[in-house]
Amino acid sequence: MTGSPKTGFKAGKTTALKLVLAAVAMFGFGFALVPLYDVFCEITGINGKITGPVERVEQWVDTSRTIKVQFITTNNAGMPWEFEALREEIEVHPGAWTQVEFWALNPTQKDMVGQAVPSVSPSEATEYVQKTECFCFSQQTLAAGEGRKMPLIFALDPKLPPHIRTVTMSYTIFDAGAFAEK
Amino acid sequence: MTFFIFGVHMMGISSIMGAINIIATILNLRAPGMTLMKMPLFVWTWLITAYLLIAVMPVLAGVVTMMLMDIHFGTSFFDAAGGGDPLLFQHVFWFFGHPEVYIMILPAFGIVSQIIPTFARKPLFGYASMVYATSSIAFLSFIVWAHHMFTVGLPLQTELFFMYATMLIAIPTGVKVFNWVSTMFRGSMTFETPMLFALAFVVLFTIGGFSGLMLAIAPADFQYHDTYFVVAHFHYVLVPGALFGIIAGVYYWLPKWTGHYYDEKLGKFHFWMSFIGVNVTFFPMHFVGLAGMPRRIPDYALQFADFNAIASVGAFIFGFSQLIFLYLLIKTIRGGEQATDQVWEGAEGLEWTLPSPAPYHTFAEAPEVK
Repeated sequence: MTGSPKTGFKAGKTTALKLVLAAVAMFGFGFALVPLYDVFCEITGINGKITGPVERVEQWVDTSRTIKVQFITTNNAGMPWEFEALREEIEVHPGAWTQVEFWALNPTQKDMVGQAVPSVSPSEATEYVQKTECFCFSQQTLAAGEGRKMPLIFALDPKLPPHIRTVTMSYTIFDAGAFAEK
Repeated sequence: MTFFIFGVHMMGISSIMGAINIIATILNLRAPGMTLMKMPLFVWTWLITAYLLIAVMPVLAGVVTMMLMDIHFGTSFFDAAGGGDPLLFQHVFWFFGHPEVYIMILPAFGIVSQIIPTFARKPLFGYASMVYATSSIAFLSFIVWAHHMFTVGLPLQTELFFMYATMLIAIPTGVKVFNWVSTMFRGSMTFETPMLFALAFVVLFTIGGFSGLMLAIAPADFQYHDTYFVVAHFHYVLVPGALFGIIAGVYYWLPKWTGHYYDEKLGKFHFWMSFIGVNVTFFPMHFVGLAGMPRRIPDYALQFADFNAIASVGAFIFGFSQLIFLYLLIKTIRGGEQATDQVWEGAEGLEWTLPSPAPYHTFAEAPEVK
């Protein structure tokens, strides 16, 4: 017999150990995908996710073109709030600061916390949407039966690619009770 | 849900441990002279399958652990209300899920690659290219996951990347089908039951591969997505694919396991009933899918009723014909014509040098492979 079985089993132990480490590393990689996914979306801007408030700067207003901005509201499953945009559509010049308002009402018998999650379509336009104020930046607390107008102040970057004529901003309201900031 | 998640964890741990065992055995405990490129192809496909398991099972464990934490510990990996992303679940799940479907099919590739040379009485055509094709399929399986998600709103570039990457898989798969057919070309073929199942595998798996290619076309997928066409596709690759491969393997090695030849007539009867049953069940699904019947539907529109009735008849034929298989297995275990060591005239490999059934302790003296 060439090669005693002992060396074979010893080598087997090393191989097994390496493979266990590989499995543990892949388990870690699964979790690493979470930040990687966010970083990837942020760099490429393909997720329609908008980053926090920007400083309001008066910028050149491109009056030569008019962009149609549409507002869509959605309730996540099981979210009982009334939630709507007071104006569903508005025409703006790139660079001009515009304020619109949304309406939310908690029709239930208990106080609730809601979180609106924004998204922009086409996703290519995401990086050109600037917001100084948005109800989606923080959680909204509404007492039982309370209703409130919520503002959104935004501008479109004048560098918005010329082929984009319509920008849709979508907001989905979630019941954030489980994630309430204490 | 919580116990389901723990169940997935247990299954993942056992898969990983099994895979480690297989790799460690193959890499360290081969017979003297058995180089990697001399190994039977079934061993090769299992080696690659085991590597895939180690790479993706922990990712599945990770994604279900994130679910567990979302449910019980107030995290929000997938809950948009807490800043998470529901789509992330699909990405991570399919990063596991796509290699997983190759985990299911690769060992069947290996079994068929053993059976066809035996009954064509010719060595496997293109052994090395078979090994490289299997490895390429395994590698590509990691970069095609989003073709399961073409309709979630991916950007154009992403759709294009995953479309082309998916179509690339057709090349190594085509190499394999070509090699199987070339092995049979001008061989002295006989059609015992394992060979019949292996041949049905080659033909029907290729049909499933073609419908897969149709689904890979991102713009066309918007019509097929989540319809019965997808159901037809994956059943063609997994039932007459993986399942027929396994059944072919059982018939092939059954005389070696039990020491008895099985009843060839009954085996052929089982094959033809299964072959008809599978096709009657799954072929009409292509039509109802293209006509717009969604999958996972409790009650479908009336115009799909006839094709669904045909599929049901096929399913009963297929289901009941497996009772023939069960009867045949019991009959073979209990008795039958004594099998020779060689079992099949054209069989080659170490297992055929042992008595049938194989004794409890074999190869006390390691065999020299030349």
